[in-house]
Amino acid sequence: MPTATYAGHDVDVNDEGFFLDPSAWSEEMAPDIAKDAGVDELTDRHWDVIRFMRHEYDEHGAGPTVRVLGKASGVSVKELYQLFPKGPAKLAARIAGIPKPRGCI
Amino acid sequence: MTDEITKVSIVVSKGSLEGIYPALIMANGARAEGMEANLFFTFFGLDAVHKGRAEHVKVATVGNPGLHLATLVGGLPGVSSVMTHYLDRKMAKLDIPPIPEFIEMIADTGAGLYGCKASCDLFELTKDDLVDQVKDIITVGEFFAMSAGGQIIFT
Repeated sequence: MPTATYAGHDVDVNDEGFFLDPSAWSEEMAPDIAKDAGVDELTDRHWDVIRFMRHEYDEHGAGPTVRVLGKASGVSVKELYQLFPKGPAKLAARIAGIPKPRGCI
Repeated sequence: MTDEITKVSIVVSKGSLEGIYPALIMANGARAEGMEANLFFTFFGLDAVHKGRAEHVKVATVGNPGLHLATLVGGLPGVSSVMTHYLDRKMAKLDIPPIPEFIEMIADTGAGLYGCKASCDLFELTKDDLVDQVKDIITVGEFFAMSAGGQIIFT
């Protein structure tokens, strides 16, 4: 099982870098995870998406897909891909310390 | 992982609901995974990006054994519309967007949408007949050049 070090804390992650235990996550870790995921700088807009992911996970037990993000997060699909070019739902979930969203749309 | 897929080019050749949706879902899903994705609409697949036709795409009720409907019944007037309406409602419940909205969303993900030149010539279509999200009408050679280094999927 891989381990990653974010903000000085060792955390267990899966092969794709997603947290095994979402409760081990804290906001101070996000910039380090983002760098690992290829997002160099987290802007306020990135944070809007990350906090929305976290909120959805807390409410529903799973992260939303891009379709849901585009409709409900206040960030359009176009902007989502500008913020997270390598897959908004996937990257934002990883940076938010929650499991990879499952869903085909 | 060296065998990771990083790019897909999807050819849409059929104009039925069941011919178009899988391609759109794969293209959208490829972008969601961070892959590069291009859609190439050829022959009747052009209906998916045809202004005025894209919102009237229907499920095939004849020649479609998977529907488990007698061919004679499937051929009756209105049956295709009723079945399509039924499926549309089921898909809406799953938050699968209608084709025009899906095309717009896929273009917003940064995927490239292209029309096939030979088919457009055949059906006498110009870029003006196709939705704005279509970037260009391209030749098969240009399609292959664009697909270089990736996987090609034909639907």
